[in-house]
Amino acid sequence: MSDTSEVVLQALERRRAEPTQLLQILREVQEELDWISPETTHSVAAGLGIPATQVESVVQFYSFLYEQPRGRYRILVSDNITDRMLGSLTLFEHMLKRLKLRRAEASADGAVSVDLTSCTGMCDQGPALLVNNRPVTRLTARRVDEICDLVRGDVPLAEWPADYFRVEDNIRRADALLGSRYEPGSGLRAAIALGRQGMLDEMKRSNLRGRGGAGFATAVKWESCRNAPGAERYIVCNADEGEPGTFKDRVLLTSFAERIFEGMAIAGFTVGAANGLLYLRGEYRYLLEPLEAKLESMRRDRRLGASICGAQGFDFDIEIHLGAGAYICGEESALIESLEGKPGKPRIRPPFPVTAGYLGKPTVVNNVETLVEATVVALQGGRIFAGHGTRHSAGTKILSVSGDCARPGIYEYPFGVRVEQVLKDCGAADVVAVQISGPSGICLTPDEFRRHIAFEDVPTAGAFMIFGKERDLFEVARNFTYFFAHESCGFCTPCRVGTTLMRDALDKIADGRGSRYEINELMRLAELLRRTSHCGLGQTAGNPVRDTWLKFRPAYERRLIRGDFDPAVDLDAALTRAREIAGRDDAGAHIGAEQ
Amino acid sequence: MSGTETAIVVDEIPVPFKPGQTILEAALEAGVYIPHLCAHPEFAPHGSCKLCTVIVNGRNASACTLKAAAGQEIEVDTPDLHAYRRTLVQMLFVEGNHFCPGCEKSGNCQLQALAYDSEMMTPHFVEFYPHRPVDASHPDVLIDFNRCIQCELCVRASRDVDGKSIFALVGRGMASHIVVNSPSGKLGDTNFSVADKAAHVCPVGAILIKRVGYAVPIGERRYDLEAISEEASRCAGEEVR
Repeated sequence: MSDTSEVVLQALERRRAEPTQLLQILREVQEELDWISPETTHSVAAGLGIPATQVESVVQFYSFLYEQPRGRYRILVSDNITDRMLGSLTLFEHMLKRLKLRRAEASADGAVSVDLTSCTGMCDQGPALLVNNRPVTRLTARRVDEICDLVRGDVPLAEWPADYFRVEDNIRRADALLGSRYEPGSGLRAAIALGRQGMLDEMKRSNLRGRGGAGFATAVKWESCRNAPGAERYIVCNADEGEPGTFKDRVLLTSFAERIFEGMAIAGFTVGAANGLLYLRGEYRYLLEPLEAKLESMRRDRRLGASICGAQGFDFDIEIHLGAGAYICGEESALIESLEGKPGKPRIRPPFPVTAGYLGKPTVVNNVETLVEATVVALQGGRIFAGHGTRHSAGTKILSVSGDCARPGIYEYPFGVRVEQVLKDCGAADVVAVQISGPSGICLTPDEFRRHIAFEDVPTAGAFMIFGKERDLFEVARNFTYFFAHESCGFCTPCRVGTTLMRDALDKIADGRGSRYEINELMRLAELLRRTSHCGLGQTAGNPVRDTWLKFRPAYERRLIRGDFDPAVDLDAALTRAREIAGRDDAGAHIGAEQ
Repeated sequence: MSGTETAIVVDEIPVPFKPGQTILEAALEAGVYIPHLCAHPEFAPHGSCKLCTVIVNGRNASACTLKAAAGQEIEVDTPDLHAYRRTLVQMLFVEGNHFCPGCEKSGNCQLQALAYDSEMMTPHFVEFYPHRPVDASHPDVLIDFNRCIQCELCVRASRDVDGKSIFALVGRGMASHIVVNSPSGKLGDTNFSVADKAAHVCPVGAILIKRVGYAVPIGERRYDLEAISEEASRCAGEEVR
């Protein structure tokens, strides 16, 4: 029996040979075999009794699954704008050169490959990379050289200096959530004392709104799920923190995991769900073992499992699923598709997950931070919770601050804090722009810094990226547009084609060949995407270009040519191959030469 | 039977609907045409091409996926929406390789018909010219992937009607493409049959039956004789009679 079939068989057995576990099976197999070979694809398909093309559709959808060998060391350099501002691209090029590699191609000896990847959530300690799913932070030229030596010396990751892999929490400002002492189990016991209806009533009183950015009332979601017909319900924790510039869930998952899990159990108790699923982004694979250990210890303490804290009928347990490099899975219905082992393409809505979610069952999908807040509500009661923040935005918000400032990291504030206050606290000077809530969010200029972080003013999932006066906002928008083109799931026409058309128009402008024509096209495409795309990704993909064109026009104008239009196709260059075949290079073989 | 309980309003025309019908289904039945490509009366709504984007009580929605409900006022034929549809058709043209004069489907092709319907004069954008090899391995059916618009009708038909799951859409974003489920990836190595539903649902010229081409001369075909919107209205009218 070959290695491959042995490894596949074991993974199938661990995952009960269920097709819904396809993504998890492939991920586990790849961890052992480094890539998904055609042989692997066929044995997984046979083992699950599904078409091989279904396996291929998953492998080809997720960035971290490889159909080609990518080496024993698979290095992915984080390509968020904040990494770039810290010099990531120079380090990336340097690494390729030192290892004599081309981007994304494995070395001839099959040892190593180096590529770029979307934001890895280490913006406060970048530039960062992932090597075989493990983050290396605070890259410098020296560190990159050392890594190249370790790779060339075939040194196992376990023997690399531990300091490379050190990930700091960087909590700079703590408030009601991060600053409070929490006794394990206290949230659960408080919820049990309140009872299922009592807990829901407190949630209503709290006015807690979803922290993933959309701000939907959490109590309404919970109640809709509870009231939806069906015997089985699910609580899903969305830990697919993919919005570039966001890393607050990383910190919660690292240092507040028990409170997340207790929040999930409280949600389960309130809506009558016995099963919880935590969807962890592939970039946070390194947190899987600590999180599993935490779950195990909670089961031992009867804080998970049957009759939680001794309460009859309060049964709840949690399973962790890993993503594999797909931003779109942060969209709740795409996340559910991914949980079911499929490509993460957003579903048609309605129906919404609260009535037809995971496996078609009523499902609550909440952000990590929202679930931790639920423990605060259980402990304090809804009225006290609602007393913080603003009238329409109760409680506090955790911000992920990165970019041009002295103290990047995690800042928790009551809702309503002004942007300028955050800038002052993190030591940012000469700021020209702040991108709130990532590329899909909004770009603010200094005249807007008195605005408030709140659902009714500037809503945010948490990202707070700062750009100083040296920064080129055109390049920021181009980086974001590349991100969307890379992360579009491809399902709907406007997003699949439109994000690529926008990217190409920006490249033409960057090349110094763009005119007002390209600007008009970009604005037209941004509007089309906003109005016709299937989900939020496409609907917001045009925002960075639209915002920066409105607010940072000189960054574009200095690149534009004066004429009306410069053709994208260079006719003379298009004849290169024909000239080669004809063996000619005289004036008559060139277009435009006679003028 | 009167109005508001069981009717929606499409471009100021009252359109009756049955419970469970989508806006598109109700409109087509009433002879009110809404452009669409990935929707097909025999299959569950898909909602990917976005040509049927309409405005429902001020909000954008896909007519093929949204259920009709009393009180909906729907805009279809506005200058903005018309322009969006044209751009979407242009996007489908440039992302594949569509050369109508050389295509056997010309005149019977819904993409081409919608290009006329949306008054598309040029592809407008820079062509992507993707490399997509043709699969001629099957004795009776040719697949020209150059013309595929990723509506997934063949995927749905083969899976849901034929029970064969011969086609699948794989990849992400611009790398999305249709593949054939056989070890070689060739249609000739599957149990695909010309009698399959999947052989007859392609709205464009990507799946073609061999040896029957040009039976009807170009110029005398379905959409050569009648615009796609007129045909839809006429068929609805005939059904009512």
